[in-house]
Amino acid sequence: MPYKEIIIPIMIMSAVTIFLRYAPFLLLSGKKTPKIIKYLGLVLPYAIMGMLVVYCLKDISFTSVKGFMPELIAGAAVAASYIWKKNTLLSIVGGTILYMILVQFVFV
Amino acid sequence: MKNSIFKTAFRDTLPIMAGYLVLGMGFGIIMSSKGYSVWWSLIMSITIYAGSMQYAAVGLLTGGASYLTVALTTLAVNARHFFYGITMIDKYKNTGLKKPYLMFALTDETYSLVCRGDKDKNYYFYVSLLDHSYWITGCTLGALIGSKLTINTAGVDFSLTALFITVFCDQWINGKDHFSALTGVGSAVICLLIFGSADFLIPSMVLIAVILLLRLFKEGKNAV
Repeated sequence: MPYKEIIIPIMIMSAVTIFLRYAPFLLLSGKKTPKIIKYLGLVLPYAIMGMLVVYCLKDISFTSVKGFMPELIAGAAVAASYIWKKNTLLSIVGGTILYMILVQFVFV
Repeated sequence: MKNSIFKTAFRDTLPIMAGYLVLGMGFGIIMSSKGYSVWWSLIMSITIYAGSMQYAAVGLLTGGASYLTVALTTLAVNARHFFYGITMIDKYKNTGLKKPYLMFALTDETYSLVCRGDKDKNYYFYVSLLDHSYWITGCTLGALIGSKLTINTAGVDFSLTALFITVFCDQWINGKDHFSALTGVGSAVICLLIFGSADFLIPSMVLIAVILLLRLFKEGKNAV
């Protein structure tokens, strides 16, 4: 196995990932956290979760029913059951099983 | 006390266990099918620990991409992690020796658990460590036995989508106003339509930051 073609790329990927995860802490955390950062720390999580939900659903397509119905049905079931029961595990396990049934048996 | 924190952390990470085992195994299977030994899957899951990046890495490794391409791709795919750090600066402030590891292990899924409310530093640590161990187990198992598996697991990865949906709903219920949540969804959808599914994350993050900062400057303290 040519190590130059595998070890060095892995080290680069690891280093860049660590850099991205460390950078905010190293750059922005002085003795006293700046107001802007405090503000972003409070409001960003809401926006990020919204963005991540869209990110997970980014590959749905509306050209066929099976391109979006499983995500729509299972996603709505997760949201509705969570708002109703407030039980994270129940919503996730139930929603995932429902989704698996939909993609494996219903919208094949 | 510590024991009960561990139990809470373990219970909270169960959905992530399901998602990471399956996605990790997917990665291990692809690596094996390209002829890479199980050690590479193991090393990558420990040192890179980023799902979508590791999938992209397979293409980069087999295609013999230049070091610059490798670095830039990683920068683009993982840029969102910079965002997560910003919101954890205060929470991770007094975590002592655990801090270097907590900063490293801040993946999408770990973030979705630790960004909620103020928790004990041991909770942050257990969640980070458990998630990382699920990922390492998945990647390694996939490389070892994945190709021999016969159950149809298609769709299990929806557990991660479901996790994000429940966190989003939770924040929606508990949030004072929905400006930030709507900014996140709206910006992401607009950028997805404009830039396409492969390139929309970075523009989305820029747009989100711009809109939220504009609101801060316009409304001052009321923006929080």
